[in-house]
Amino acid sequence: MVEWSAAERKIVADVWGKISIDEIGPQALARLLIVYPWTQRYFGAFGDLSSAGAIMGNPKVSEHGKTVLGALDKAVKNLDDIKGLYAKLSKMHYEKLNVDPDNFRASYLLADCLSIVVATKFGSAFSPEVQATWQKLLSVVVAALTSKYF
Amino acid sequence: MLSKTEKELIVQIWEKLLPVAEDIGSEALLRMFITFPKTKTYFNHLDIGPGSQHLRCHGKKIIEALAEGARNISTLTTTLAHLSRFHAYQLRIHPTNFKLFNHCILVTLACKMGDHFTPAAHAAIDKFLSAFSAVLAEKFR
Repeated sequence: MVEWSAAERKIVADVWGKISIDEIGPQALARLLIVYPWTQRYFGAFGDLSSAGAIMGNPKVSEHGKTVLGALDKAVKNLDDIKGLYAKLSKMHYEKLNVDPDNFRASYLLADCLSIVVATKFGSAFSPEVQATWQKLLSVVVAALTSKYF
Repeated sequence: MLSKTEKELIVQIWEKLLPVAEDIGSEALLRMFITFPKTKTYFNHLDIGPGSQHLRCHGKKIIEALAEGARNISTLTTTLAHLSRFHAYQLRIHPTNFKLFNHCILVTLACKMGDHFTPAAHAAIDKFLSAFSAVLAEKFR
């Protein structure tokens, strides 16, 4: 059971309140595919991913980026049971999509891209303390997504 | 593999950061200590509070080493040989920590550069930092 202090809950709510799912979602997913090209193996049905420009202009990338952040939105609103909330999603990534969990776990590829996009938007408001709480949220989300692999 | 454009972009970005090396380096270190507290175990001989002299001095050293690496990107292994020996034989730092620090540098750059930290710049710097850390860790194997 993950414990969240009142200060952490406030930081998560503040950061999330300033994030536009429709803007940040597509940018974070596009960066994942550009910076870590091996992740493209899971998105073969998305069409043209041949260059940074193609990835950023690809409507399926954009749509899926919004879906991903939509799932994060649910986590933010259910901080106390992220594991339960993501049980089905974890099962899907394992059994149906066959995603190697190292893509979300080992170096937090997508989570890292999301943090960096958020940092470009927030500037100095993304302070070390805010970053720490944000990282905690993403770690809990990643652990929940990995839980059904065992 | 870094393309020619990426190499140029990398040199350009690090040269621009050199005058503010102390700020960038100490901010990245502070972010690492606060976000990934276990990394503090390697620094228990230093005062690593926000704005401390040790933090600023060490941060500067790191950014200068990165800039030196950027200027000698095709010969990283030989350019950084002394640092590689130091990290492997004296400091003995578990190599996973390099990734954590790299992420904190990327976040620091993203905060400072905003929209100028484009996906292309992000990808180039990420590749450079992982090449740099690979050299730091290579004496372990």
